[in-house]
Formats: sequence, structure tokens, C-alpha cells
Amino acid sequence: MRIPCPYCGERDAHEFAYLGDATLTRPDPAAAEAEQAFHDYVYLRDNPAGAHEEWWYHANGCRQWLRVARDTRTHAISGAVAARVAGEPA
Amino acid sequence: MSTSNRNRLTAGGLIDRARPLGFSFDGTRYRGYEGDTLASALLANGVRLVGRSFKYHRPRGIFSAGAEEPNALVELRSGARREPNSRATVTELYDGLEAASQNRWPSLAVDALSLNRFLQPFLGAGFYYKTFMWPAAFWEKLYEPIIRRAAGLGRAAEEADPDHYEKATAFCDVLVIGAGPAGLMAALAAGRAGARVILADEDFLPGGGLNAEAGDVGRKPAPAFAAEMVAELMSLPTVRVMTRTSVFGVYDSGTYGALERVSDHLPEPAPFQPRQRLWRIIARRAVLAAGATERPIVFGGNDRPGVMLAGAVGTYVQRHAVLPGQKIALFANNDGAWREMLAAHAAGAPVETIIDVRTEVAADLTQAARAEGIRVLTGAQVIATAGKTLTGLTVATASGTERIAADTLAVSGGWSPSVHLTCHHGGKPRWEEAIAAFVPGTCPPGLSVAGAAKGVFGLGACLKDGAAIGAEAAQALGFTVPALDVPDVADAPFALTPFWHVEGSKGAAFVDLQNDVTAKDVGIAHKEGFRSVELLKRYTTLGMATDQGRTSNVTGLAIMASLTGASIPETGTTIFRPPYTPVSMGALAGHHRGKDFRPVRLTPTHEWARAQGAVFIETGAWLRAQYFPRNGEKDWLETVSREVTSVRAGVGLIDVSTFGKIDLQGRDVGAFLDRVYINGFAALAVGKARYGVMLREDGMVMDDGTTARLAPEHYVMTTTTANAAKVYQHLEFCLQVLWPELDVALSSVSEQWAQIALAGPRARDVLARVADGDVSNAALPFMGAIEGTVMGGVKARLFRLSFSGELGYEIAVPARFGAALAQALMQAGEEFGITPYGIEALGVMRIEKGHVSGNELSGQTTAGDLGFGRMASTKKDYIGRTLAARPGLTDPDRPAFVGFRPVDPSRRLRAGAHFLPLGAAPTMANDQGYMTSVAYSPHLGHWIGLGLITRGPERLGERVRAYDPVRGEEIEVEICAPGFIDPEGVRLRG
Ligand SMILES: [Zn+2]
Repeated sequence: MRIPCPYCGERDAHEFAYLGDATLTRPDPAAAEAEQAFHDYVYLRDNPAGAHEEWWYHANGCRQWLRVARDTRTHAISGAVAARVAGEPA
Repeated sequence: MSTSNRNRLTAGGLIDRARPLGFSFDGTRYRGYEGDTLASALLANGVRLVGRSFKYHRPRGIFSAGAEEPNALVELRSGARREPNSRATVTELYDGLEAASQNRWPSLAVDALSLNRFLQPFLGAGFYYKTFMWPAAFWEKLYEPIIRRAAGLGRAAEEADPDHYEKATAFCDVLVIGAGPAGLMAALAAGRAGARVILADEDFLPGGGLNAEAGDVGRKPAPAFAAEMVAELMSLPTVRVMTRTSVFGVYDSGTYGALERVSDHLPEPAPFQPRQRLWRIIARRAVLAAGATERPIVFGGNDRPGVMLAGAVGTYVQRHAVLPGQKIALFANNDGAWREMLAAHAAGAPVETIIDVRTEVAADLTQAARAEGIRVLTGAQVIATAGKTLTGLTVATASGTERIAADTLAVSGGWSPSVHLTCHHGGKPRWEEAIAAFVPGTCPPGLSVAGAAKGVFGLGACLKDGAAIGAEAAQALGFTVPALDVPDVADAPFALTPFWHVEGSKGAAFVDLQNDVTAKDVGIAHKEGFRSVELLKRYTTLGMATDQGRTSNVTGLAIMASLTGASIPETGTTIFRPPYTPVSMGALAGHHRGKDFRPVRLTPTHEWARAQGAVFIETGAWLRAQYFPRNGEKDWLETVSREVTSVRAGVGLIDVSTFGKIDLQGRDVGAFLDRVYINGFAALAVGKARYGVMLREDGMVMDDGTTARLAPEHYVMTTTTANAAKVYQHLEFCLQVLWPELDVALSSVSEQWAQIALAGPRARDVLARVADGDVSNAALPFMGAIEGTVMGGVKARLFRLSFSGELGYEIAVPARFGAALAQALMQAGEEFGITPYGIEALGVMRIEKGHVSGNELSGQTTAGDLGFGRMASTKKDYIGRTLAARPGLTDPDRPAFVGFRPVDPSRRLRAGAHFLPLGAAPTMANDQGYMTSVAYSPHLGHWIGLGLITRGPERLGERVRAYDPVRGEEIEVEICAPGFIDPEGVRLRG
């Protein structure tokens, strides 16, 4: 698999570390149901067959966390943007 | 040396008769020529029996002339280079080649275990499942050893492989797989357009079918045409031709795996050359031009040596100038095989009989055959064969049966396009009725198929199709493709009547020659209900040998279809998975073997430590000094105890550069640290360091370390050696993903700074002689952190930290000064008896002091478990805080961190021992925790331990059992506070 890093160009997936779902938001710890929200945030994951937005860290490159759009059925990667940059990967 | 070559034609072929090559098979010496494969050279010398079959030990001969070979598997070379299961048909001959037949005992000619074939009724389909189910205990003791002896392939070398293997990466616009007519044209079309082209072919001679073609192409003999094409391709600056290279897999994003057999055609690799090279080829587009594989017809006795694919007979005659036999017959269902035989006959191969299952065959073929004196039997079937190696056939015709003398039977049931690579992304081949074969279905993105691989048969059509597909690939990438002059070759019409199995034949009729699966086995699978192709495969093992059923899958499917009455596409298809051909483990491992499996990192003081006599040990990715033995010390324990005592009484030093070091700069570093550590950092003063604990978001401890504030907006953090990369990645995640609004920049500086810990009551005296500035207790108090210089101007960071419990410092200098700093400290400390110590002594002192380390930071412990509960701030949020408050993580019954001492001080403690109440049975229900770390304390004169036990801190003074079933030991221990030395911390503040 090859990931188009916005800083380094298209690079082999070996250079990256995977984290998972990039659509999750860290819950507000002050909220009433914070414990349940954190439980969901840490442990519960969807496993979609198809489009997935996920975190990849370019460990052997620019050390940026990237938001990558990948189809879990085909491994087709349609885009990647740096975490700090607003916008959708694809 | 036998010089017979009695089956060699005197002229023709792509061999160099001026370059004879000596080789041996089963100890007998023979001669072949450059350009031979092992198979062609054996046939030239009249060797027809080359192996015994996998299950029944039946004699087998050479069946094909390519990668599809199911029978002619041999052991190549000897000793450490012995390589089993090598296909003789693709083994390039070299001078001195040694080969041996496999799976025979005591000899190839007389095989005691061929008795197996009398057991055939019992060894049929599903025999593993039926015969050996019961009793279970018999499996290991009886069945498996017998099966391993009787059924099997070659023997692997028992010594380490002396050769090395490389990995390499290549990039191209268009990868062309296969250098036959379609592949050559595709490469030429793309190459002339200026695209970066890689043309890969598994053969040592590119050209594919052109090299076995009797006719002319473009007014030249076909092989000469191929050679000209290759020469032009090699002259193009953007084209790379890779021979002896098999593309074996299609991976994601246009990544292709290929194996280049760099030195397999040599007795041993040339100096500094690898045996094989594993390529990762990144291609924007790819053209699969892998050709097609001929398939046989199944009939009784079809495995007898001398039965061979018709195309293989053609290849041996045309390319290698070898006659596979002196009395050749053909059994076929298609016109192509007739033409192959007529061409072979014209080249000097004595073809005597043509047997065709069809009653109607084109008149031009039958007339041409009869004109050559070849007997033609149409509407006829071979029902039996005779001879140890083939001597005769029984043929059933409309008028009865007759015996025909033949030493070679060419067989052709049609051709199957080599669709393998098109399936590697899950695409299913599609049945094409017109050619009675599977053709590519949905292909991996960027891959298109040209020529016979997609069912385009005929040389002229393949040339044209290759040119078109190659041009299309280049155009899709934006290249302008100049018009290509494709030679016209008139193709005869394709004519085939599907025919798979001679049902009335006598004797075992093999579908899968490599796994010894017969037509009868397919029938048994059908009767027993294993009718889907996936079940058929697993039940009979059809198609599951190393040839992946290249010559058997479709036939097996067709036989099953005829039994169920369904069509072939209804019965199923076979999906091929990587690798296309076997890939050696050596190539996959590459240089990652032995000590190079995972290269070790060396500390900046490695050479210095070696000069001091250090014994090294791998800790994670690092090679570190374990201890420094001196003459007369009887064991490591004496050495380590001496090192500990010297530090506690005087002073010692150790390289701690392996800790992760992270530089943090920006306005918001304090706020950031507050969010990643459980304790507060915002108020940390410039010039001070603080110990911190980090959690994972699930509430478990991730890591610990100290962070120092060097300037208002400049901090430096240390992590444990093991977690350095993980913590850095975590911090980047926090900054980039969670809190991008914070003004913090991170940089890993682990490699840039050497860091040496100096510990012991005389540490300040030593440091004062090396540091350029004031290091008094006032200038550098406990937990102080200052920047300055040492050794007369070398930039340094001085930290007053203690892991040992003694007065301690850590001195960081740019990595290149690490060894110089160690030497300077040794010199300065000479009069105080300074002692270099290793990580064993470091570990002993931290256990004596009661610090946690990797054993306690196991990923299953909370801050509360480890005694850091009160450090956790309640005034701020931090990573892990919410989930650390879960009931399960705050349960007061959780095992918590304490110390242990043996009640009998002469007893040794063992890490890993579990704690049980006195008198309680060793059950899971009674388990209260376990010992995490132990050491012999020279300070106390007995063993001490650290561990986690239920409600530990409330149970100081209580005695429990430390139970170690692994070593069979059990000992009574007393729970104590985790600091065995100077619990008030007087020494480190002194
Ligand atoms: Zn990058």
C-alpha cells in the first residue's frame, strides 16, 4: 500500500504507523457522561466495509499525523491531509 | 562422462554446441549445452525417469517444459546449498550442476515404497480425515512418522544457507510481465513512447513462445525476431529488461513482487553477488503477458514417464534440439497440437501416430499428417499405457481397441490462459466457452492483460494485441505513442472440442500429478458430497501442491462438472493467490537473518566500554554494557555486587544515552505537559527537573521519566529506553490531532545527546573537576537542571537526578563527545576509585531504592498500583484521567506495588513467582499478585524483590508464599516498603 503524504509524496505504507478511525473526537472530560463517552472513544470502533477515514503517522518520514481516506475493501487510498490542516482527505 | 546426447538433433535449437556443460543426476555424469535446462539435458541423454510421486511413489518423468511442471522436481546441489523441489524444467543448466531425484528409497529405479500404490484404495481422497482420526494418540507416534517417510518431497539443507539474498525497489511507468510475443510488443510500444518500462521474464532467454516457434516472423526465424526485439529494448534508455525474474504477486497501489534469480544458474554466486534478489516494483501501469499453460487429457496410465504435454515436446525439439523420444504419438482434441507435432516432425522428431478424440478434423491437417507418413486415428481415445517408461498405448477407436508402440505420448487438451496475477486482488476469472478456458475477470487496478494470457491465441494476434495494450498503457499515462510496425503472421483458426477425461480407461488416471489425485478421487469427493470446488480442493488436495494445480485445476473442475451435470462456470472457478511461483524463504528474509534480523544500536560510549572490558547485552534495540568484570571475579554476581558497593561507597558512572530525549519548545509547553503527565508541570521553574508519569487514554501507565525546564519556553523530556519511539509518536498525536492550538514544537534528540549518569557520595567531587562552572549544592541542588559547559568548553546539560538513590548527576553532551566525557570522568574520578558500572548494577540499585522500571510499567498497571496515586493532580485534565477513575482501576483489592524480603535470608527470590496467602492452595482464586523484579542486594546481604500484591501497602510486615511452579520453588517472604536503602532520601539530597 502506498500513502500520498502531503509533505513527502507517495510513500510505502512500511514508513507509517497506523492508529485507526480519524473521525473520533476526544470527549469533553467535564461533561456529565464523560466516563461513558471516553469508554466509547477508547474501545468502540466501527468496522466498515468501504470508505474509512483513518490516522496514519509518517514515522519514518516527516513525523506528521495524516488523515487518510482508504477503502477497506480494496485498500484504494483516495487522499491524505495533515492532521493540522483543515479539510477532508478526499 | 557419458557423451551420448543420443536424443540431440545435430543442428538447430537455441543451444551453443561449442559450450558443453557437464552435470550429474543421481551420481551419473552427463553432458548438456549452454542454453539447456536440466530437463532438456536429461531428455537429450535419454533420462526419462526422474522422480517418484508424492503419495504412491509411482515413477514419473518430465511432463512440461516450464513453470507448470508437476513431476520433475529434483534436489539441486549438495550440502548447505542443497535445494529441494527444484523444477528441472526451469533449472538453467550450468557446468558442474548436481541434481538428485527425490522421494525414492532405496533408489529411483527400485523403490520399496512404491508398494504404496497397492495401498491406493486406502490412500485416496480424504484419507487423512478417514484413516487417522482415531485414536488421537496414534497420530504423533505412528501415523505422522510413517506418512512423513512415505509421502513427501525433497530434503531441505540442514546447514545454514551460505549465500545471501537482497531486497531492492524499482519504479516504472509500465511493468510488462512476460517477454513472449505480446510482452515484447507491449514493452516496445511503451518504450518507444519514452515511458520507463520494466520487462520481466522468468526465463533466462527472453522471447517466450517465439523461442520454440518453427515459423518466421517478419521474414526472420521467430527466435531471431525475438532477439532483435530484445536488443532494441535494451538499447532504449528508459527500458530495463530483467531476465530470470518472476513477477509473483500483485499488491496494493501498483506494487508488484518479483524474484530475480541472480545466481541460480551458477555453481555459487560470484563474489559480492546475492543468490537471489527480491524486488518490490512500483508500477503506474502493468501489462500481464504471461501466456497460457497447456492442459492435458486425463486417461489411465497418464502419469507414465514418456507422457508429456504437446507444447513441451515442441519446445524441446525447436528450442533445445532434443527429441523427447524416437516413436512419438499425439493424443489431442485441438488443431494447435497437430500443428505443433507437424512442425516437430519437420524438424526431425519421429511422430508416428496422431490420435484425436474428434471425429472431424480439418482436412489440411489430416492430409499434411498422412503425407508425412503419420498414422491418423480420429474419434479415438487412449485408454491405457504400458511400460516402466512408456513403450506402448492402448487406443480405443470406433472399430475396437488396438495397441500402438510409442515411447513418447504428447498430450493436449487445450490451453489455459495464465490468469494467476489477475486474481491477486480477488478478481474471479470468467469462463470463455469459445476457447473452453478461464480468461481474466476483474483485474487489479492499473493491470491490463495482453495476448494468450487473456485468451488471444495465435502468434500474429498476440503480437498485435501486445502492441495495442502496451500503447494503451503508455497513452493512459500521457505518453505519445508512435505508430508501431507489427509483423503480419497468418494465424490458423482456433479449433478445439472440449474433452477432459477418458472415462472408460484402465488404470489410475491422474488429474493432479504432483499431489497424486486421480479422477476416481474426484468421483469419491462427488459421492461424498464435497462438490463445491473449494471443498473438492481441500478434500482431495487437488491443486494444492507447489504447482498450484496449473495443469490440473480446470480438468478437475470439468470432471466434477460432468459428475454433477452442471456447467464448468456453475461448478466454480479457482482463485489464485500469491506467490505465482514458489519464493524461497531466504529471499523473503533478505539480509534480516541471524544477528542482522534486528540490527542493534550502539551507545556513544560503546568503544570506550569495550576497552574497559564490558560484557554487552541486547536490551531492546540497544547493545548496552551489562557489567565490567575484573580478573579474579568468579561470576557476574560478584562483579555486579562490587560495582554496586563501589558506587554506594564512592562513585561510579554509566551511559544512559539510550533514554528517549525529546526537545520541547514553545509558549505552551507547560500547559501541554500538564495534559500528558498526571502531575503538574506548569509551575516547574526554569533550572528545575521533575519526575512525571504518563498514562494511556485507557488509564494505564504508559511511561515515566523526568522533564527539565532549561529556559522559559524550552524543555527537555526523557522517556524510558523501551518506550522512546512510542512516547514521541503519542506526543505528536496529542499536539497535531488533539490540541493543534497549542504552541509547542517537538523534536527527538535521542541520537544527538550522549548522557552519562554519575552516582555515589563522591559524584560532586568528580563532576566539579569536569564541569567548567559551579556545581555546588547551591548552584545545582537536587532536581536541578542547568546548561553549561564541561571539559573546557563542550556544551553540556547538567541534571541533578538519581536513579540509584545516591547523590547523582546526569551529564549530557553532544553525542560525539560522549566517549571523551566518559574518559574525562574516569580520569577525574581516579583518586576516588571511580567505577564504570553496567545495567545489572543499575538495576540492583533501582530495586534497592524501590523505583519502578519496565517490569512494573507492564501496560497493566495504574498509577495507583505503582504508588503514584497521590501524584495525580485533581486540578486539571490529562490523558487517561477519566478512565483511570473507572471502578475496575480503582478497586482497593488491586495488586499494588511493595517490596519483599525472604524470611530466610539465605534464600533466593525469583521474578515471576506468584503470591499466595500462607497455607493456601496454589489456585487462581488464591492468587494475589506476582514478583516483578528481584536482585541480590549487596547493601543488605540478601535477595530483595519488588512486586504487586493485593492491598500491598496495607500489609507491610505480613508473610506470604512466593510460589514459582516454573522452577518448582516456593519460599516464604515478608511484605515491606519498596525502599530498601535510604528511604528518607538523605543521600541524594546531600
Ligand atoms: Zn511525510
